[in-house]
Amino acid sequence: MTRPRRTPWPLGTLAFVGALFLVLPLFGLLLRAPWSDLPEILVRPEVRDALVLSLVCASAATVISLVLGVPLAWVLARSAVPGLRLVRSLVTLPLVLPPVVGGVALLLVLGRRGLVGQYLDLWFGITIPFTTAAVVLAETFVAMPFLVIAVEGAFRSADQGYDEAAATLGASRLTVFRRVTLPLIRPALVAGSVLCWARALGEFGATITFAGNLQGVTRTMPLAVYGAMETDPDAALAMSLVLLLVSVVVLFALRGRWVGQGGVS
Amino acid sequence: MRRLTTVLAALLALSVLAGCGSGDDDGGDATGKDVTLRVFAAASLTETFTELAGEFEDDNRSVKVELNFGPSSGLAEQIGSGAPADVFASASTGTMKDVVAAGDAEGSRDFATNSMEIATPPDNPAGVKVLDDLAKPAVKVALCQPQVPCGEVAAEVFEKAGITVEPVTEEVDVKAVLTKVSLGEVDAGVVYVTDVLAAGKDVSGVEIPADKNASTTYPIAPLTASENPEVALDFVELILSEAGTEVLQEAGFETP
Repeated sequence: MTRPRRTPWPLGTLAFVGALFLVLPLFGLLLRAPWSDLPEILVRPEVRDALVLSLVCASAATVISLVLGVPLAWVLARSAVPGLRLVRSLVTLPLVLPPVVGGVALLLVLGRRGLVGQYLDLWFGITIPFTTAAVVLAETFVAMPFLVIAVEGAFRSADQGYDEAAATLGASRLTVFRRVTLPLIRPALVAGSVLCWARALGEFGATITFAGNLQGVTRTMPLAVYGAMETDPDAALAMSLVLLLVSVVVLFALRGRWVGQGGVS
Repeated sequence: MRRLTTVLAALLALSVLAGCGSGDDDGGDATGKDVTLRVFAAASLTETFTELAGEFEDDNRSVKVELNFGPSSGLAEQIGSGAPADVFASASTGTMKDVVAAGDAEGSRDFATNSMEIATPPDNPAGVKVLDDLAKPAVKVALCQPQVPCGEVAAEVFEKAGITVEPVTEEVDVKAVLTKVSLGEVDAGVVYVTDVLAAGKDVSGVEIPADKNASTTYPIAPLTASENPEVALDFVELILSEAGTEVLQEAGFETP
């Protein structure tokens, strides 16, 4: 594909405005950031708590998404169960669902008076809302579809000839999955995990609705940024910078993996 | 491409429908509303200000009142960052002082006070009967964040009573606390007297004895950036008038 020599000016102008709109707020953040106070703010206990909690919960959500989401993606891509298209639409719904709606839904199902939650409380004495587990669940709910979509596409487009060859050579179907199929889609697996992790890290709406807001237990970085904005904008800016930095790192990780190692795009 | 067009058309139709549903949404249309008054008010004023804004619109046919409810500290922050607003009603004098000190408001006047009450789900699952019950570890309590007025006043109550309450969650504003209580997700929440009254059958109230209770004062002021300072002042006058006081008292507020 060759590039046309000149960009038509209406396209160029609109493209410039679009790029400016996306980039300018980030520069604003960098410009207004309390650089000199940054080290002091970032070691404050409430900031450290939020950062640690965010990292732990996003990672846990990614692990759960991998354990449940990869098999789900495989079934969606390769099996012939009737009604699969409906299932695919339903499980990817959280991609487009406003997260706060997800939080309300989780509360109505897993809350103490919820559809399932009331029995958890009654039989096992377990209540989920307002715990760190609730944060992980909220993040998993919102982020897992990103992984499922990425991995499903790879399962679909990966060459199944290798699977068949391995099966002919006597490998069991589970062995084929583990030793042949999974390594084949590794780039998509990594990209999907990074996307899923990043989405979980930024989760706000479902978390504050379902898990509540308490330092060290459920107050993740986005919640802390939101709270700090009202009383201590400098702290909010400092934490936003950290999240921005993480996002940049994630983007670079994705670039290397997704575009670099050929095949999956 | 055709599918994309269909989707876009559907979205457009949806937004038009939504626009019709909310009626006289924009100023200056066929209904003849040419002034929009934006009132930023504390979450605890939701019911009373909605009612009074309706009265104000009835009395001033050309004015449309837009209400923005939220945590007082958050609203103050929005005003400080230049959000378009004409009137600010805060749930604490401290927040108002900050806004006045920043030059964003002038002529603040106190119009109501509100004290605290314990709200429990209707069946009161943890059997909360007195204030001290909130200190029990088995009782799940929701509070407002400490930077919000209702969180501040609740902390004052606990201090007076000499108890330490470990909440399971610190919500962004008082209505969020009330929601967690009415859903039964927590055993109790500390909210304003007016919130318990407004929630009706959804929650039941446990009174806090007067010697341990604390209250917050609500100031209201027109904002200096208002494009319609006279209308803003009129609205403030309505809140301070006898009619305004009556509505507030009916909802459980006291007058300063």
